[in-house]
Amino acid sequence: MEEKKKKLSMVVFSGDMDKIMAAFIIATGAAASNMDVTMFFTFWGLRAVKKPVNTGKGLFGKMLGFMYGGDIRKAGPSKFNFYGMGRWMFKKMMASKGVMDLVEFRNLAHEMGVKFYPCSMSMDVLEITANDFIDTAEPEVGVGFFISEALESQITLFI
Amino acid sequence: MSEDIKVDLELDLKGLLCPLPMVRVSQNISKVPVGGVIKAIATDPGSLADIPSWAKSTGNEVIKSERIEKDLIFYIKRLK
Repeated sequence: MEEKKKKLSMVVFSGDMDKIMAAFIIATGAAASNMDVTMFFTFWGLRAVKKPVNTGKGLFGKMLGFMYGGDIRKAGPSKFNFYGMGRWMFKKMMASKGVMDLVEFRNLAHEMGVKFYPCSMSMDVLEITANDFIDTAEPEVGVGFFISEALESQITLFI
Repeated sequence: MSEDIKVDLELDLKGLLCPLPMVRVSQNISKVPVGGVIKAIATDPGSLADIPSWAKSTGNEVIKSERIEKDLIFYIKRLK
């Protein structure tokens, strides 16, 4: 008889490289520890599951798509980014130590069965559509879905 | 004390950093039969804590661990 798996649910609110990395490390670690993992991406975190496409419908949405465009590779560290210099430096440092980059972490997480859910409300606000997400993202959901996942989780995190 | 542990699968995890050592062990544990043993050789000091913790959370067992110079060697028995 298969015993019920334990579960980890996390909200990924941040679009910062370092925080997204922490989120994927915890997610893959939990999946390796035989847990079901739900990642709920909201607001700035949406970029972690976005394709490198321009987004936005109206003027503000397009401006936002331009200023905060790109995909997970454009995410900079939460400190010392210096308009992209910091991102470049951290990428060099991580690569020299053999740490995987964010895209590889995301692929690994997907291979291990981690589920990526975009938040529908922030998609509306930021004018990002379902077509703007990577193929491994699940359909958009709302907070009710997150709460029901969180209720049956042993671990919940907000990153 | 003669300890001849029969190893079913050997994993080279040298140079891998957290969380990869435990991820690789978890991806390979089903390749050995229940009761079988994986010998994993890591170099990340974090795996000293991680591999036994992984075994605890997944219901498996580290039956022996040793350090040979920089290599951290774990013998992990699949219990289920």
